[in-house]
Formats: sequence, C-alpha cells, structure tokens
Amino acid sequence: MRVEDHPILGKAEKRNEVTLLVDGEAITALEGEPIAAALLAVGRSVFRYTAKRREPRGVFCALGRCTDCVMVVDGRPNVRTCVTPARDGLVIQTQFGRGEKNATPDSDSKKD
Amino acid sequence: MAAAIEAARAGANVTVIEENERPGGQLFKQIHKFFGSGVHQAGTRGVQIGLNLLNEAEQAGVEIRLDTVVYGIFSDKRLGLVCGDHTEELAASVIILATGANENALAFPGWTLPGVMGAGAAQTLINIHRVLPGHRVLMVGAGNVGLIVSYQLLQAGAEVIAIIEALPYIGGYGVHASKVRRAGVPILVSHTLLRAAGTKRVEKAVISQVDKKWEPVPGTQEALEIDTICLAVGLSPLSELAWMAGCQFSYLPSLGGWVPVHDENMQSTLSGLYVAGDLAGIEEASTAMEEGRLAGLAAAQVLGYLSPEEGKARKAAVRERLDSLRIGSFGEGRAIAKQKIMEARFEK
Repeated sequence: MRVEDHPILGKAEKRNEVTLLVDGEAITALEGEPIAAALLAVGRSVFRYTAKRREPRGVFCALGRCTDCVMVVDGRPNVRTCVTPARDGLVIQTQFGRGEKNATPDSDSKKD
Repeated sequence: MAAAIEAARAGANVTVIEENERPGGQLFKQIHKFFGSGVHQAGTRGVQIGLNLLNEAEQAGVEIRLDTVVYGIFSDKRLGLVCGDHTEELAASVIILATGANENALAFPGWTLPGVMGAGAAQTLINIHRVLPGHRVLMVGAGNVGLIVSYQLLQAGAEVIAIIEALPYIGGYGVHASKVRRAGVPILVSHTLLRAAGTKRVEKAVISQVDKKWEPVPGTQEALEIDTICLAVGLSPLSELAWMAGCQFSYLPSLGGWVPVHDENMQSTLSGLYVAGDLAGIEEASTAMEEGRLAGLAAAQVLGYLSPEEGKARKAAVRERLDSLRIGSFGEGRAIAKQKIMEARFEK
C-alpha cells in the first residue's frame, strides 16, 4: 500500500509511472523507486525461495546489505531489489535458490 | 557531510564517496523534530537538517560521488572503488570514515518469514519510499528506534499492535514513549517474542512475559495477529573498512560492540585515518554531526589549511558541544564509554 497523504510529508509528488513485468504480470511502478517498494505497494511479500528448503523470503534490511530481497531481473539473478531502481519494461521473476538457469519451484540445489 | 563541509570550508579538496544513489544517510528518514538546544537545531526535522547539509556541501565545493562503493583501503591510504561496472583507485592524504551502523538481527523461530524486518528497514520504506510494509505491526524493542519508528508507522497509516521490550524498563526517551502511549499503543516491558508463524508471510506472533533471568513465565503466553514484525534491537558499527585498514578496536557494549579506537581529534590508531558518527560508537544524529565536524577540522589542520591556534580553538568549541550532548541519565553512559575508547589507545 502506498502512503499517498502523510501528516508530515504531505501529499506524494507526481512521478512518472512505468510498467514492470513481475512473474508475467504487469504492475505499475514509479520510475526510479526501488523495485522492492513497487512490489510491496501492490501487496507482494515473497521475493524468492531459498536454495535447500524452498522457504519464502522478502525484504529485511531495505538498504542493500542482507540480500534477502534478491530476485531475477532481466534474466540476471541475485539483484538486490531494495536498492535497484524501477525502469520501464523490467522483467522481474521470483528467484529460486541462487537463480541457476534451470531452477524451478520443485528442483532443489542440495549440492552446496 | 558535516566533516566534508568543515574540511572544504577550510580549503581542503574534499571528495565524499557514497554507495547509495543519494547522500544524507539516516537524516532523510527522520521526519520528526529534533530537540535539545538551538545550536543542535531543536525544532527542525531531520529531513530539513539533511537538506541543509547538502546545500552547505554544494556551496563549500565538496565533490560527492554517488553509487560508488569503497571496497578496500590499502597501504598508504589508497582506496579501491567500485562504480557501476568498473573499478578505480583513489589516493587520499587523509581519510575520514563515517560509514554508520547496521541494524542488529534477532533470531527466533519464524524470523525468516517475509514481514519480519528491521525497524530501520520499515522506516526507510515508509518515510523515503512511501510504501507500507504491512498493516498490523509488532515492534520488538522500546529504545528510541523502536519508539520513533512505531510512531512513524502510525503516521503512515499502519496499526502498531504492541511494542515489546525484554528489559523491565523503556530504554528510549520519555518524549517518544509518551507519544505512542497517547496514541494507544501498549508498551509491554519484560516481554519477549517466542516465535512467529505464517505460511508465505508472518501471520502470528507469540509473546510472553520474562522473569529476572530472561526465562519465559509460564502461563503468560499471548498470540498476536500481525502481518509485520519490526526488530529494533540495537545497531552495530559498520566497521569493515576500519578493520581492513588495520585500526585498533575496543569492545564497548554500550556503544554497539566493536568500536575503532580514536583520540580526541577522532583520529584512529592509523595516522591520517579518522572516524566519526555511529562508526565511532552508536549514539545519535547530533553527536554524529559534531564528531564529523571535529574530524573535518582535525584533518584540515593536519593538512595545513588551519593554523594550530585556529584549529585548536575551533575543535575545542566542537568538543564543548559534544560534551553538552553527553549529559544526563541518557548521555552519561555514552560519555564514560567514549572516554574508555580514548584510553584504550594506550592498552597493549
């Protein structure tokens, strides 16, 4: 959910809207905001699943240090969505494991 | 920023290297009014203080490099930088490290569920990015960060179901505690979080009272329906560069753990390498800025841009202001700890 009106910060500035494709679904984001913010704004909390046990992970530190929020962006895995700006047409996918090319929700990466 | 401004105004050639896409650190998240004294900008919101610093830096001719990471400090003060897809080396006469702090984590069953995050993380999301990370929040920790972020979550439109604190008292300032209490948020001291549960996201938190030995008291468990848990359990200095450069450290729990040892000029045990702000011990924004000024002045003097007399006088003025920030029941402990840091220089 976006905070459109805030008692201290006032009304949100008008900003350019862009379209992100997230697991095939088009969502609207504000140009330049962190991808993670755009996902949280539409109510999305799971960003990736872990390598061994396929457990869900989302935003934790929100400043690019913990890597909990990484997703596959334009084919590139391990992108920290909380510090990566949204640009029009970015293709974003839930990451499974470390983002190996053939990772699926069911495959696991037990080799460590 | 404060360090850069002082050094640049004295005439030094100053470059600030910032890993984020904008400078200003934590100030832009502090939408509340600072208090204390006029000289410490009482009545001004942190956001405005941050903007003022940026203006002053620009006017002083400070060069700011954004989206640039210092990945290493090598011998004779050479820095390794990463910017975009290339690396560079930068030689410095003096280095001032003001790398801040990182939020501590608290591990409990269910802590990895989406919806569990740092309180500072929630603050970044609501005050900078204007998105709510959730709607029903449990805040863990009643220090200043826990209290302030709880209030800011209310301002952003979330519900804070409770603030829990393991200690038997509220660690933060009464001013902040009163605000959230008046807004109806319960602050439960001597309480801990036993576990969190949920499928794709946290949905429930089980809290319990604790006794003097930190053990859960039987029969006091309570399940809370929440979708967000914020952890406000302390900060630790981001000290990797200081470690790498070979600075001596001292362990001071009241200042966040391992702190680089420094002298009254904020110089570390390495000549020409200064530290300031939360890196030099977790305190607050006002002391961070003053320490920055002190380091900036000291660096400018060492480089010859300030005469010994002028340097001494101006540094003394900053130290006096720092002393005034470290008084009273909240400040005394920090004053003692900072003194211990300086004494640690002489330990083997």
